[in-house]
Amino acid sequence: MENGSVNQGEGKDPSTFLSDLIGNAVLVKLNSGVIYKGELQSVDGYMNIALEKTDEYVNGAKRRSYGDAFVRGNNVMYIAAD
Amino acid sequence: MADTATDSAPVSEPLDLVRLLLDEVVFVKLRGDRELKGKLHAYDSHCNLVLGEVEETIYVVVDEDGDEEIKASRTCPHHQPVLTNPQNGTNRPSVESRKCCDSVVLISPHIPT
Repeated sequence: MENGSVNQGEGKDPSTFLSDLIGNAVLVKLNSGVIYKGELQSVDGYMNIALEKTDEYVNGAKRRSYGDAFVRGNNVMYIAAD
Repeated sequence: MADTATDSAPVSEPLDLVRLLLDEVVFVKLRGDRELKGKLHAYDSHCNLVLGEVEETIYVVVDEDGDEEIKASRTCPHHQPVLTNPQNGTNRPSVESRKCCDSVVLISPHIPT
């Protein structure tokens, strides 16, 4: 229950989880329901995200593609390994 | 936490991507099915943006299937704001549009097709 220093097996800090995802394919869901799939370039403490080779999906249908995309963190619901 | 060797850090921060877009034409997706296309003059850490020669596009659903959308488009002369010039304290008209950070969803260098 106490935090931190105790090793929790594979349990990781969320930011460690996110930095491990850098360079990999991720799925980012926004609060609006829009989904972005792309390669994670970087994340910061606000959950601002930079993505590469990104596809945008609205209601499951591919809507657009972006070479690079910056997503403002307040819109992010979750980031998942894809 | 101090990161001395910045060149070895694999992660640049996301806003670095926005910095690279200064003076480029950017596509900005906003809340409420709105989009902006314009030249990025300035930004800050909140994602407040200063854009030039902006075109705003508003998408409106026209039938209940949600498939069909028409877009209404307008350019900045129709909703041209006045920016305060910090140099001399005067207000001068500008072709620039200052955008509140709260609406920003996504910023991209490419005009998506």
